[in-house]
Amino acid sequence: MSITTNTDPTAPLLSVEDLNVRFPTEDGLVHAVRGVDYTLRSGEVLGIVGESGSGKSVTSLAVMGLLPASARVSGSVKYRGQELLGQRDRAMSRVRGKGVSMIFQDPMTSLDPVYRVGYQIEETLRVHDRTLSSQAARARAVDLLTMVGIPNAAERVRSYPHEFSGGMRQRVVIAIAMANQPDVIIADEPTTALDVTVQAQILEVLQTALSETGAAMVLITHDLGVVAGIADRVLVMYAGRPVEVGGVEDIYYEPRMPYTLGLLGSLPRLDSSTKQRLTPIKGAPPSVVNMPPGCPFAPRCPLHVAECDTTEPALLDVGRGHTAACIRTDEVGRAHGEAAALFDETAADDDAPRGGRADASGTVGTTDTGAPGDPVGERTDPTPQPGTGSLLDPTPEEADRR
Amino acid sequence: MTSTREPILSVRGLEKHFPIKGGGLIKRTVGAVRAVDGLDLDLYPGEVLGLVGESGCGKSTTGRAILNLQPATGGSVVFQGRELVGLDRKAMRPLRRDIQIVFQDPYASLNPRLPVFDIVAEPLIIHGLTTDQAELRERVRTLVETVGLNPEHTNRYPAEFSGGQRQRIGIARALALEPKVLVLDEPVSALDVSIQAGVINLLEDLKERLGLSYLFIAHDLSVVRHISDRVAVMYLGKIIEVAPRDELFDRPTHPYTQALLSAIPLPDPRLERNRQRIIITGDVPSPANPPSGCRFRTRCQKFAGELSDTQREKCMTVEPPLEPRGPEHRSACHYAEARTIL
Repeated sequence: MSITTNTDPTAPLLSVEDLNVRFPTEDGLVHAVRGVDYTLRSGEVLGIVGESGSGKSVTSLAVMGLLPASARVSGSVKYRGQELLGQRDRAMSRVRGKGVSMIFQDPMTSLDPVYRVGYQIEETLRVHDRTLSSQAARARAVDLLTMVGIPNAAERVRSYPHEFSGGMRQRVVIAIAMANQPDVIIADEPTTALDVTVQAQILEVLQTALSETGAAMVLITHDLGVVAGIADRVLVMYAGRPVEVGGVEDIYYEPRMPYTLGLLGSLPRLDSSTKQRLTPIKGAPPSVVNMPPGCPFAPRCPLHVAECDTTEPALLDVGRGHTAACIRTDEVGRAHGEAAALFDETAADDDAPRGGRADASGTVGTTDTGAPGDPVGERTDPTPQPGTGSLLDPTPEEADRR
Repeated sequence: MTSTREPILSVRGLEKHFPIKGGGLIKRTVGAVRAVDGLDLDLYPGEVLGLVGESGCGKSTTGRAILNLQPATGGSVVFQGRELVGLDRKAMRPLRRDIQIVFQDPYASLNPRLPVFDIVAEPLIIHGLTTDQAELRERVRTLVETVGLNPEHTNRYPAEFSGGQRQRIGIARALALEPKVLVLDEPVSALDVSIQAGVINLLEDLKERLGLSYLFIAHDLSVVRHISDRVAVMYLGKIIEVAPRDELFDRPTHPYTQALLSAIPLPDPRLERNRQRIIITGDVPSPANPPSGCRFRTRCQKFAGELSDTQREKCMTVEPPLEPRGPEHRSACHYAEARTIL
């Protein structure tokens, strides 16, 4: 029984329910993804944004079944109504590239250096269509390369990846992703490794890929500018969970979760000449090892009250398919996207080191150094704080990918 | 205003060429990567000069060559009236009190085996500024407080701090000698946005409080617009446009500056979806073999779409010099024209 023949045409293209991913490590169970839900409708672009370590990449690797065997994945991922979690690799191979395809961040490593780019495209085509002749596959590969804007495609199919620049390689990766007319393309930071002028080219190619294949897309990025230009809906992740979901304009102009508001307020603007102070968010994202109860954003939140520390808020409906995980979302709404209304611009000076040895706080968040961690800043309130994970240390997902 | 003042740092015709060795038994030099290839800039007291460009354009090499960390192969760097090019390590050392650098990667630029106290105290000891332990402790305490960290935590190691905090330690170390000029080489690009804003605010405060001048090297033009007084745009080892901040962002005259500004996505859905975008083709050419004449012509939207063959001839043969386009505004294009992009 193959997956693709047993699908329900009325079901949503891709639906993810209560997805949880845990990685066992020496420091304890790293709960990298903590209950992600989303549905992707046909033709839609869903932007997933979050800072490093927020679990946005792990979510997508779980959908594709590409996590290492040590990962403990639970919940449900349905492609056209058919469960993907728990499928054997053989069955998943029929979905990957055909039903759901993926574009990775680094075009320098996602192509095989010992095969010609043409061969790598043809391979994708022939693995899903055994009857395809090699001539037909070659012709289709040339078409695809032309579509993604590679000049002289008929000759360049014979090139090796090292003969291409980074931008050209990412075009090849996109050609491979669109080769079999997939229903869903998952793009994980597709332009992060590229310069801005090349990024603009690649974003244009992605739009072409979507219109050529009619695919829906999940676009994962930390760049709020890229999402603003291309996404229909946005899902904001923090500490492994969605904390706000909504239409792109609602998220940018009427954010209802303090984290989203803070994120937008901390961005310097290219199109603004006023020397307005930025509004940083104090502290750092929490470590996802042994999270304390309560809202994970509470230690950094300007609206923090005692109630925030008891239970983690669920996504509350705030209208028009817009949900936010905050018990004081009405107050956030009154800021109408003005971060300065809520955030103190000097807040980030409350910074204190993580990995404290004898700090007074009751929680123990373990950091990668193995030190029991909890920062207590000189001016932060004495409520329990999660151990702040460092932003750039390899998060479990990155460490696993290496 | 700046033209009447004396620059604190003046760079003329700076060159940094890296030799390319042949593959044979005898390693002959077969060419050179012209990472910085004749660069002029002036930094005035109390100003922030942003230096922007894409990866490989030579902006970091410029910063290192100015500080003599990678000796320049040609040109001149005059700092407070003294020539720096050609100085050896010993002659350079006393000058380092006045010009310091903060590096991009706060994970690689701090010694993981030293506690924060030692990292910040090291410059003070090397330069013999204090031999008194109590005074040393007091100075480190003040420095650490200045950058917004808790002085109680100076007995900890860099690994116990987050990225933003480590970058603050790097800044405290650079400030230890009370320099006049800081070269900031991508100081916030390794940080997540919510952390980046705090470090940018700190840099702005320090500049005001301590009367510093910054050479702020970055690829993120939004950050550069936020912090700089003037901005210089680099392409393939040369400055192609320099202007006061708002002048550059509101009336860019070089086609590359225009394309660069147009390529950056704005975090505003309505604006972003209604923009006219200039998309330039191709990638940055190799600095080992830059195009003849104007270096940007191989990707230039104006060269490709607007110019006649006779006009193009000039682009291919004559390298455009930096010419005045307005008050303190200069750009290197034969057919420069101000355009509104944002």
